[in-house]
Amino acid sequence: MDVSTTPIASSSGAGRLSVLRTLGPWRLVALLITLLVLVPISVVLSSLLNPEPEIWNHLVENVLADLAINTLWLIAGVASGTLVLGVSLAWLTAVCQFPGRRLFAWALLLPLAVPAYVTAFVAVGLLDFTGPLQTWWRAEFGLEQFPEIRSRGGVIAVMILAFYPYVYLIARNAFQTQGQRAMEAAQSLGLNRWGGFWRVSLPMARPWIVGGVMLVVMECLADFGTVAVFNYDTFTSGIYKAWYSLFSLPAASQLASLLVIIVFAILLLEQQARARMSYTQIGRGAAQQQRIQLHGWRGWLVTLYASVILLIAFIVPVMQLLLWTMEYALNDLDARYFQFLWHSLLLATLTAVAVGMTALVLAYAGRRHRDLPTRVLIRVSTMGYALPGPVLAVGTFIPIAWFDNLLIDTAQQWFNLEISQLLQGTLITMLLALIVRFQAVGFSSIDGHMQRITTSVDDAARSLGCSGLNLLRRIHLPILSGGIFTGMMLVFVDVMKEMPITLMTRPFGWDTLAVRIFELTSEGEWQRAALPAIAIVIAGLLPTLLLTRHAER
Amino acid sequence: MITRIRFTTFFFAPLALCAVFSAPLQAEELVVYTARNEQLIKPLFDAYTKETGVKITFVTDKEGALMQRLKSEGRNTPADMLITVDAGNLWQAAQEGLLKPVKSEVVEKNIPAHLRDPNNQWFGLSVRARTLFYNTQKLKPADLKGYEDLADPKWKGRLCLRTSKKVYNQSLVAMMIAEHGAVKAEQIVRGWVDNLATQPFPDDTKMMEAVAAGQCDVGIANTYYYGRLMEKSPKLPLGIFWANQEGSGVHVNISGAGVTKFAKHEKEAVKLLEWLSSGKAQNLFADVNLEFPANPQIKPDATVAAWGTFKGNSINVVKAGELQVEAVKLMDRAGYK
Repeated sequence: MDVSTTPIASSSGAGRLSVLRTLGPWRLVALLITLLVLVPISVVLSSLLNPEPEIWNHLVENVLADLAINTLWLIAGVASGTLVLGVSLAWLTAVCQFPGRRLFAWALLLPLAVPAYVTAFVAVGLLDFTGPLQTWWRAEFGLEQFPEIRSRGGVIAVMILAFYPYVYLIARNAFQTQGQRAMEAAQSLGLNRWGGFWRVSLPMARPWIVGGVMLVVMECLADFGTVAVFNYDTFTSGIYKAWYSLFSLPAASQLASLLVIIVFAILLLEQQARARMSYTQIGRGAAQQQRIQLHGWRGWLVTLYASVILLIAFIVPVMQLLLWTMEYALNDLDARYFQFLWHSLLLATLTAVAVGMTALVLAYAGRRHRDLPTRVLIRVSTMGYALPGPVLAVGTFIPIAWFDNLLIDTAQQWFNLEISQLLQGTLITMLLALIVRFQAVGFSSIDGHMQRITTSVDDAARSLGCSGLNLLRRIHLPILSGGIFTGMMLVFVDVMKEMPITLMTRPFGWDTLAVRIFELTSEGEWQRAALPAIAIVIAGLLPTLLLTRHAER
Repeated sequence: MITRIRFTTFFFAPLALCAVFSAPLQAEELVVYTARNEQLIKPLFDAYTKETGVKITFVTDKEGALMQRLKSEGRNTPADMLITVDAGNLWQAAQEGLLKPVKSEVVEKNIPAHLRDPNNQWFGLSVRARTLFYNTQKLKPADLKGYEDLADPKWKGRLCLRTSKKVYNQSLVAMMIAEHGAVKAEQIVRGWVDNLATQPFPDDTKMMEAVAAGQCDVGIANTYYYGRLMEKSPKLPLGIFWANQEGSGVHVNISGAGVTKFAKHEKEAVKLLEWLSSGKAQNLFADVNLEFPANPQIKPDATVAAWGTFKGNSINVVKAGELQVEAVKLMDRAGYK
């Protein structure tokens, strides 16, 4: 590693271990976190050593081309859709003034609380041939051809509606805290508001927007539930096919490895491009900013736009869930639901805090050490998000079971002790797996904020004798609080919805709301699954509301 | 100083909390890994505990994940029994050496030979029939024959199917390979794909709703989905037709169980298996999901009995497992998504 870039770290640890001196404490901690992520990912990657030529031949000949095309379409469609929707709504609610703005500012985040596979099921239920809309249309006007909802366009539309809040939230945060002076400077140079948006605000918000869209892309790549509702085969479907239908976990892992490598390449390219630019902030943020007033029909047009999105992305799915709950699932509601809820909340909170901590360390390490190895290290630590959940779950489970077996065997051989599994089926295992999965979510939000603090702040603090942990705590943490909070809340909501890792690593009898959804939907009882789904939405509302209150401040 | 305390708490509180909440499992009596879901399996376990006092701890997940779990845990696994749906999965578990042969006269007497593993590693506990469902306003039973007939061009634009990703369809095609050979089976599947009215559905219920709404005339589904759907909306113009009655009979599959290779409580596990294969438990097992008891002496639920009797295909369900991979590849080649 490049020692010359770490003068402070190396001078402070004169008497310590040489590794510590070379790496610096921050890089060392970052390395440890990365190792944690690397274990399951290398389990997945190690499958490349066991080629399965027969299955590969079959996949290459018959399915892979289709899967690749479908996946590319999905990514391109959903990324551009969430970009347009997320950025436009973020800009309008952060910088402009229109009727209902305060309400929309937080309400537009609400779809975050609805799992994408639920939105998908509701959309198909309402709009398919057998749904109420087409049934009514046929009854009124005879047989008419409707555009098929179970199609490429349908799945892209649903995913845009489900995932745009990631871009919206992160971009809004960026617009809101952008220095007013930059806009003033733009105006003094003769740019109007539109010009200011395109040439100043938008480029300045780029790292955040790109971070948000990257989250969406990774979410698309890892998704299985949503595409399954549409029977739209993506790369992930191929992974499932190899594992569940062709009974080859190695082949499934090999496909997943390809995914990891592709995502890693994209992330690195993106970061290389970004590394040449600096996004530090000049002057103070939102407090002094004056909103752009949208008068008359312009204002109402924006109100209409925001209402329509809110209606189809949140209100309609939630109403449908409520209806189903009343009709089919009220009998299922019993005291156990408090336990499910408690488990979900506990797991989500613990993961959010843990990811908040680790992402902070990573972001800080990235700030202190700008060399390539550190950058790669940090990027690797966010790879878990692009892996399909079940693959990551297996990648986590195999080493843990191996370690447990080692402990049990050692205890037996050397101490003649009969012990049971120490790690398996504990919260620690679940937590580790979930940290690996959602590191990217916390990191992109915190790092976005970290990049905006000028290095001169650090220099000034250091000249006053404030460095290391102290610097992070007293100078960075207060400025970063918004980003940390956003990241943690996103993780919280994501964990509430997470299924495969929770299923595979949970302790016996330790069921969550998402586990309930799995139990019911895997037998096709979608209507009865409305009850746990609505509980997830309600539980997810709380942090979403907190998030906006925080953002408004 | 205060900031320091807060900061430290922020860092260490989660770890402390984890330690508090993560008391590892102490296995009592019996541990079951089950891919048959909680709502279908818990009533049974509760009844068993009440009757015998033996406590059952269980965890649910998908078959693939449970098998991988057993494999990784190796001989230290806490699991005594594996319950899954579909013979294909049970066959795979046996292939991977996760199950152990069980010698039990009770089970052998209760469960017909074609519904269990020839090596006694797993046993069917309930039977699921996969047959044809048709729109009663468009078709008469006389119009229908069976699975193979649906490949005939006369059904063009009139057939609905569930996705080939579901193991039920993979087993059905595997059985057709066993019966007709791969070449003929592929022709049949290609015929189905040509006849599709719309692209395959994600589940049987949606598929049957489409048949009832007239998007297509006929489709293939498991009977218990039909039972559930008709319970919910009895007026749907949807009829059940027992396929291939003049040929080899309706395709049946099982939901079943096996004792794990490294079971710590083998004797208790076999007892549970024997209990599950007989008497009241058979009804509990099947009726809760409107399936057929695997034990021929036990009568099915009244709703199920009302669909009439049928001839089931008597090829051993183990074939579904052996030929599943071939079936999946065949369906991929035929473009059945």
